[in-house]
Amino acid sequence: MTGVAIVGAGMHRFGRTDGVSGRAQAVHAARAALADAGLKFSDMGFAFGGSHSAGDADTLVSELGLTGLPFINVYNGCATGGSALISAHAAIASGAQDVGIVIGFDKHPRGAFDTDPSEHGIGSWYGETGMMVTTQFFGMKIQRYLHDHDIEPGVLAAVAEKAFRNGARNPMAWRRKELSAAEIAAAPMISHPLTQYMYCSPGEGAVALVLARADRARDHTDRPVFLSGAAFRSRRYGSFEVFSPWLALDRADSPTSEASRAVFEQAGIAPSDVDVAQIQDTESGAELMHMAETGLCADGEQAELITSGATAIEGRLPINTDGGCLANGEPIGASGLRQVFENVLQLRGEAGDRQVPGGPEVGFTHVYGAPGISACTVLTREETR
Amino acid sequence: MSPAANVAGTVFVDDGLLTDTPDGPALLGSRCADCGAHTFPRQGGCPRCTGEAMQDVPLHRTGTLWTWTVQGFRPKPPYTGSATHEPYGVGYVELAGQLLVEARLTESDPARLRIGMPMELAIVPFREADGDGGDGGGGGPTHTFAFAPAGVDR
Repeated sequence: MTGVAIVGAGMHRFGRTDGVSGRAQAVHAARAALADAGLKFSDMGFAFGGSHSAGDADTLVSELGLTGLPFINVYNGCATGGSALISAHAAIASGAQDVGIVIGFDKHPRGAFDTDPSEHGIGSWYGETGMMVTTQFFGMKIQRYLHDHDIEPGVLAAVAEKAFRNGARNPMAWRRKELSAAEIAAAPMISHPLTQYMYCSPGEGAVALVLARADRARDHTDRPVFLSGAAFRSRRYGSFEVFSPWLALDRADSPTSEASRAVFEQAGIAPSDVDVAQIQDTESGAELMHMAETGLCADGEQAELITSGATAIEGRLPINTDGGCLANGEPIGASGLRQVFENVLQLRGEAGDRQVPGGPEVGFTHVYGAPGISACTVLTREETR
Repeated sequence: MSPAANVAGTVFVDDGLLTDTPDGPALLGSRCADCGAHTFPRQGGCPRCTGEAMQDVPLHRTGTLWTWTVQGFRPKPPYTGSATHEPYGVGYVELAGQLLVEARLTESDPARLRIGMPMELAIVPFREADGDGGDGGGGGPTHTFAFAPAGVDR
């Protein structure tokens, strides 16, 4: 096994970019990542990439260059970017490849995602009767979580308030206006107990990363960031996941818990060592639950951490420093890679107005998607193993 | 497919979801003869032990509310519910010894929903008679299953 480093990172800003296709945004991000690494597309040995609704990633070669490289499409819901990165990590760690690119992009219409039940092996009745709605799942999951751990729902507004505060400091973010917790709590209710401003919106954007063998990383850049762990899990019998017409009576750990444990073990890093974390916050409750599922805190500790400012940029456990999905929106294929992009900037010390103070050395990312998949990474400034 | 349940002449969204019992229509699930795991709807493979010994079984008609929310906006397609949107409750109902089933709830007032409350199966209309934009089947409104607070007049 060889180590893996990120030697280039590029992004097309998130939000709405009228007149620019998702594919064009992907090409923009890929060229930015290649320039950051000082490499050309013809230097790439392989590529993994995907979008949910903006086209097949492999066809980007018609614009980037017809070099004959193996370019594999990834289609894993909201975990598309994370899955592409895990595939790339394996390609290099195995010794099969030396350098390659990962590209995630998307461009969604306005409004909530609509999904075809047949793509999930569920009868059409599930969508027809109004249950194939991701926002419902999040409402139900946080409702049960708040009940089980005796947490006041008021903290959900504080999570969103932090997201918009961080997004306001991020020139790549979609939502750059701060909102008060009171405004967020008073917004129209979408799925009780979550209001409109506690949910992210489908959007647009693209991110690309250039990866290389760790022992050759400094051939390409003087500030490599090491991908010290990358893990992916799907749901187990007994976990509570989106688009489930039924659940088992037994409760099992979520794919997030399992992927997180695996990634920390791979990296030889403890959750308590994390200096900056980007975790899936498709709505406020998701950030709260994922804080515990990832091992960054214990169940029930979140309210204190959030209200005390511990998860703010200046706190001891900064979470979603770029504004997360709440401020950036969710272009499905790009979203997980945005988290990694943000941690690369944070570990390089290039995050500008939202830079975590004190020179963070360990970054963690977590992306979650339907129908119950999770991809996590640990990024470090130095090789851990 | 299973025989369609007799739901008193109503049009049901998918007859494969229901079966008749002496107490009235019940949801039709599967039970694994090897490990006892249940599923809804019925399926051929066991998600717990990975075996293939699934048998049809009617699910309990009563349970308790495990979690809930209220759908505040009219969903986009593939939703086919009535054009005028009334917020509707959605929850998971725990059927003792079987599973948790996801269902619409007849109650949509957050103040009247609480985790642990007793619930019972109901068959309710969710879209107008086909022909007003439905699937062209004719007849009365199309029904689906839901759970209602137990012992409350509807």
